[in-house]
Amino acid sequence: MIRDSPSLVQGARKIETENDEKTMETTTKELKTKHMFLNMGPAHPAMHGIIKIVLELDGETVINADIDIGYLHRCFEKHCENGNYMQAIPYTDRLNYVSPLINNVGYVMAVEKLFGIEVPKRCQYIRVIMSEISRITDHLTCIGATAMELGAMTVFLYMMKAREYLYDLIEDVSGARITTSYTRIGGVKTDLPDDFKEKCREALKELRSVLEEVHRLLTKNRIFVDRMRGVGKISQEFAQSYGITGPFLRSTGIGYDVRKANPYLIYDSVEFKIPTGIEGDNLDRYLVRMEEMEQSSRIIEQALRDIPEGSVRVDLLDRIIESSEMIDLAKMGKTKELILTHSKVAPTLEGSEVQSHFRINVDKRTIVIPSKQDTYSNIEGLMNHFMLIMYKDGIRAPEGEVYFPVEGANGELGFYIVSNGTDRPHRVRVRPPCFPIMAAFHEIIQGDMVADIIPTFGSVNMIGGELDR
Amino acid sequence: MKEEGSVFEKIKEKFPEGFISRHSFRGDDTIIIHREYLYRIAEYLKESEEFRFNILMDLTAVDYLGRGYRFEVVYHLYSMDFNRRVRLKVPLLEREAVVDSLVPLWSCANWYEREVWDMFGIRFNGHPHLKRILLYEEFEGHPLRKDYPIDKRQPLIGPGSKEDRNRK
Repeated sequence: MIRDSPSLVQGARKIETENDEKTMETTTKELKTKHMFLNMGPAHPAMHGIIKIVLELDGETVINADIDIGYLHRCFEKHCENGNYMQAIPYTDRLNYVSPLINNVGYVMAVEKLFGIEVPKRCQYIRVIMSEISRITDHLTCIGATAMELGAMTVFLYMMKAREYLYDLIEDVSGARITTSYTRIGGVKTDLPDDFKEKCREALKELRSVLEEVHRLLTKNRIFVDRMRGVGKISQEFAQSYGITGPFLRSTGIGYDVRKANPYLIYDSVEFKIPTGIEGDNLDRYLVRMEEMEQSSRIIEQALRDIPEGSVRVDLLDRIIESSEMIDLAKMGKTKELILTHSKVAPTLEGSEVQSHFRINVDKRTIVIPSKQDTYSNIEGLMNHFMLIMYKDGIRAPEGEVYFPVEGANGELGFYIVSNGTDRPHRVRVRPPCFPIMAAFHEIIQGDMVADIIPTFGSVNMIGGELDR
Repeated sequence: MKEEGSVFEKIKEKFPEGFISRHSFRGDDTIIIHREYLYRIAEYLKESEEFRFNILMDLTAVDYLGRGYRFEVVYHLYSMDFNRRVRLKVPLLEREAVVDSLVPLWSCANWYEREVWDMFGIRFNGHPHLKRILLYEEFEGHPLRKDYPIDKRQPLIGPGSKEDRNRK
């Protein structure tokens, strides 16, 4: 096996000499064959994003491959350096666009680690619930698309149907289906809607029935299993040397999961299992993903059961003050006491009946952006908002550097943030989980047939947004 | 599980010339080392029974424009057996922006190093195939350097470009 990804020309030369030696030895008549070079992509229906695989083929067998990425590069890291900490949140939606909420959570948690703050319990539960919903949508997309490419169109449609229920939930909570931008530094944008629990349970019920149907359609399906079993096989050592994480690593039998290894949020208080495979082939990856969806549903159910309730309309001192009182104090110059006080919105203003979300966000007005109701309805909220948003103001992180990993749908999603004490991050680096897998991809497909590339590539679940950034 | 600080002590003891300093900000252990010792220290951390940092989680660089040592190459190592993380940092001068490649130790360093070369223009000694990865070969400059303006335009390449017209 050629380990160091030599250029194709070198690879071809090596194979030519091998062939020559063989003909010398055996002296049987061999047809002179030439290796063929084939471009798979950049615009190929099975290349999920845009990616080019240059294949060197002997007949239909892949001898060597060269992966060309970068078609979706849009300077994520450079843009983050040129905005303040909050402005990076919408960019994170576009990293892994099938599970954007996990990216949102990962980024803000890295910033929170930089500040050394921890969000309240209710917010932690909300983040876990939303992350797991996202993980399920990601796995649904991955398996659905893989099955479709292998001809199982029905499975794809069923999975998209299940995904739609979950997207509806995400839309209810964040206002958007994909570009969620739901988290804030020190909290989340809004609390869960009132009827969320029932809707979520309903959606999980639908999801389970779809998963059962898919199990019946695929798991023992001769055509599907034949295409998946033993294809794209990797060993544990191979996966570790390439730094592969997530379902791809777990299919080899290593049960590494950031949620268990370095638990964040409330993952250490919910019960769930880490499914692992044995062979490390495509079939195992499919089974691991199917089981992970079930485990994610379990996490969501436990979180829905345990999520702390609580009025969200009181301030940090459990005190509610009237707007008129607040204005009087401000007129007398007693603004010092007001800095950490949330006022009740004047009832004549629009939006006063909407609940604000003090209890779910961290009580630090120098870091956490006030809720929209606050910004639009009283002067303190508006000033607070301006102080955090305007150029050269904004939140200021202490000098230092942090790396924070979360378990993304494809593996370890890490954010490395360097702060120099100003309002802008000095450096934001994201460790995209499918980058190491794609780095190893040319070795994974070596020796397989051309048609095997499709299921193997599908099981990588390459997402152009996070691969190219 | 190892007690806190033992990585620092060991590295300091084993490679006294290679060790520059250490810190632990928010619980992230960081060792700053000389670039000549990078390969040896990384190999030691990977192979030694005591640490077994068998996974290179991330490899990137940071540009501190205006500082004596302008660049820092940052390695995040993870030990699966001990569930422990450590960060190695290698400061580099601008005129000697070269560091040893870690491809022989970890295969994934291949693409990570290509990305660092692409974005920062830092070279890696002994890399088998150091070329741009996210950008195209004709790209001018290294965009994540702090002196690369965010709104800089790149010359048009391919059909219709100036070079192409001159050729005709």
